[in-house]
Amino acid sequence: MRAFLRHPAVRRFVILAIAMAVLEVMTGPPGSTDAPTEGIAHSFTQPSSFFGLFGTLRWVVFLFLALVLWGVASLWAWRGASIKSTLSSVTAVPRQVSQRKVTRRGFGVALFIVALFLPHIVTDPFWHAAMVEQIAIYVLLAMGLNVVVGFAGLLDLGYVAFYAIGAYTTAWVTGALPTPPLFHHALNAFYAIPAAIVIVMLAGVLLGAPTLRLRGDYLAIVTLGFGELILIFANNLYGITGGSQGTGSIPHPSIHLGPIRYQWGLDPVPYYYLTIVFVALFIIGFTLLEHSRVGRAWTAIREDEVAAESVGINPLKYKVMAFAIGASTAGFAGAITGSQLIHIFPTSFSLLFSINILVLVIFGGMGSISGVVLGAVLVQTVSMFLLHSPPSGYQSADLYIYLGALLVVMMIFRPVGVLPSRRRKREIGLAEAGEGHMDEVLTGDTP
Amino acid sequence: MMLEVSNAVVRYGAITALHGISFNVEAGEIVTLLGANGAGKTTTLRMLSGLHAPTEGSITFEGQDVTRTKAHDFTGLGISHVPEGRRIFPQMTVEENLEMGAFGRRGSFSDDMEKMYVTFPILKDRRKQMGGNLSGGEQQMLAIARALMGKPRLLLLDEPSMGLAPMIVETIFRIIGEIRDSGTTVFLVEQNAAQALRLADRGYVMENGRIVFGDSAANLLTDARVRAVYLGEAV
Repeated sequence: MRAFLRHPAVRRFVILAIAMAVLEVMTGPPGSTDAPTEGIAHSFTQPSSFFGLFGTLRWVVFLFLALVLWGVASLWAWRGASIKSTLSSVTAVPRQVSQRKVTRRGFGVALFIVALFLPHIVTDPFWHAAMVEQIAIYVLLAMGLNVVVGFAGLLDLGYVAFYAIGAYTTAWVTGALPTPPLFHHALNAFYAIPAAIVIVMLAGVLLGAPTLRLRGDYLAIVTLGFGELILIFANNLYGITGGSQGTGSIPHPSIHLGPIRYQWGLDPVPYYYLTIVFVALFIIGFTLLEHSRVGRAWTAIREDEVAAESVGINPLKYKVMAFAIGASTAGFAGAITGSQLIHIFPTSFSLLFSINILVLVIFGGMGSISGVVLGAVLVQTVSMFLLHSPPSGYQSADLYIYLGALLVVMMIFRPVGVLPSRRRKREIGLAEAGEGHMDEVLTGDTP
Repeated sequence: MMLEVSNAVVRYGAITALHGISFNVEAGEIVTLLGANGAGKTTTLRMLSGLHAPTEGSITFEGQDVTRTKAHDFTGLGISHVPEGRRIFPQMTVEENLEMGAFGRRGSFSDDMEKMYVTFPILKDRRKQMGGNLSGGEQQMLAIARALMGKPRLLLLDEPSMGLAPMIVETIFRIIGEIRDSGTTVFLVEQNAAQALRLADRGYVMENGRIVFGDSAANLLTDARVRAVYLGEAV
């Protein structure tokens, strides 16, 4: 029986069936306070109302869906295995690797072009706004957090703080706060971007330098506290931040460069272009960073901090660097958000926000840039879809139940994420087997 | 004098682990530090490699005070540490591990990598394998090779024979001898007293956080106290 359950095909089906059951409950009717489980029961037994399958019982529809997905996944796995066997028979491995790199690059460019045309394909104004505010910006944030969590292996639960500081810095520089602007007169929102990056980076170093000596859980608690602290400041420093009323209006950025004159406005599409250009630049930058000396130092620290020190890596320096780079990405995202949304309010910067970004990183695959981008796009698109055309009884706060469930399911069945980095995948595999020095202080003798 | 430790005291909170120890290492020597479990050998090495600074006393290396130097600055000074339990990077290939060893250096290190492959031929065969997939002996060789990639003048070894089969220990010790012959001074902490003393030029014996005596290795090998306690002979 156990062997049967361990068979990859069976395992895959069980996972998909569970996922479909969760989806079924998510989209099903709500329960009532008198009979809380009724909603769950009904979400299986009621006739379905979609996919042109009126009248068919819901559980049949979802079982069918699970079977289809299972077929696709099995095909995929079978193809993967056959590719692997041809790969190992080919001796010219370096050529294979460089070819893979080229195809990956081509794939990236193709995706970028698709992304450029997306606003013309999807014309619903809801989705135009969502593409900037909820997807592109979240991709940026997830990539930034990935540097901290994925590359350097530091758990940061207060990532929202840097986003908030970025947004408020933008408001400050452009003169939208009650306090006088940074350079005494209000500036174009474009100048807020470098200011936000620098100030947030400083905040990252200030928080990081004293706290990054801490390990694992302790760091998570300190960053959690920092996130809350910033939220409380934003809420209560009326004279500086505008308190819970939010900021004054932040102007849209504009370009006056010789013949080029452009003014960003209420239309989210130009913001979308601005953001995805930066997303592309950040992807290139972070990929280079990952394979640089700094990236290797992060890998070494993540794998074994004592060993890293013994080869001359200063762990604190590189951790602070990861923190500052991750933070400045959030600062950048905050600057764009600030000028796009015009007003910002402390309520947008809650703990849930940090958790949401963390879910994107874990879902996509810690340490894998392509994974994190894909994870952010997928999860955010689904959650926007739920918001745009909610199934009966769905409320926006329910999202976090499902994100939580997603996290639990991922942790059990695929802790490495949907598109993991190869090294991270092996590291997590080792940690699960109880080997390696992933986060231990004392020496352990590996056989 | 290459390395000189005088009256070093190390405390872990309220517990004093080293009660003012003094010893020295001359250039070109292999000096070994012997002692039972808990005598303070590893603490001494942790202190020497900057992982735990002494509260009193001083350490000088080539005339320079390194008492408060941080662990990661030691490779730059010319001291490499092979930590206890080997601690190679399990998810990096052998080659990447060696590259990490040269992290603090500028310029090309491919010559040194080739040299390592000559000293440790097995590592050349395993070049593309993950560090974590090597056997214990191979990992120990990788740990030593990685430390040597930093071009140290002084190599600190923490129990290189731990958990290894006698034949592999033999090989490791032969290589440590070769390392000394090629001009790198070695400070060796060992539990395997007989083997360490046969290789070393001098030795110190630790008990309860104190160095109780030190002498030439040949004298220690014939010393009644050493023979009784560390070589298991009846007096």
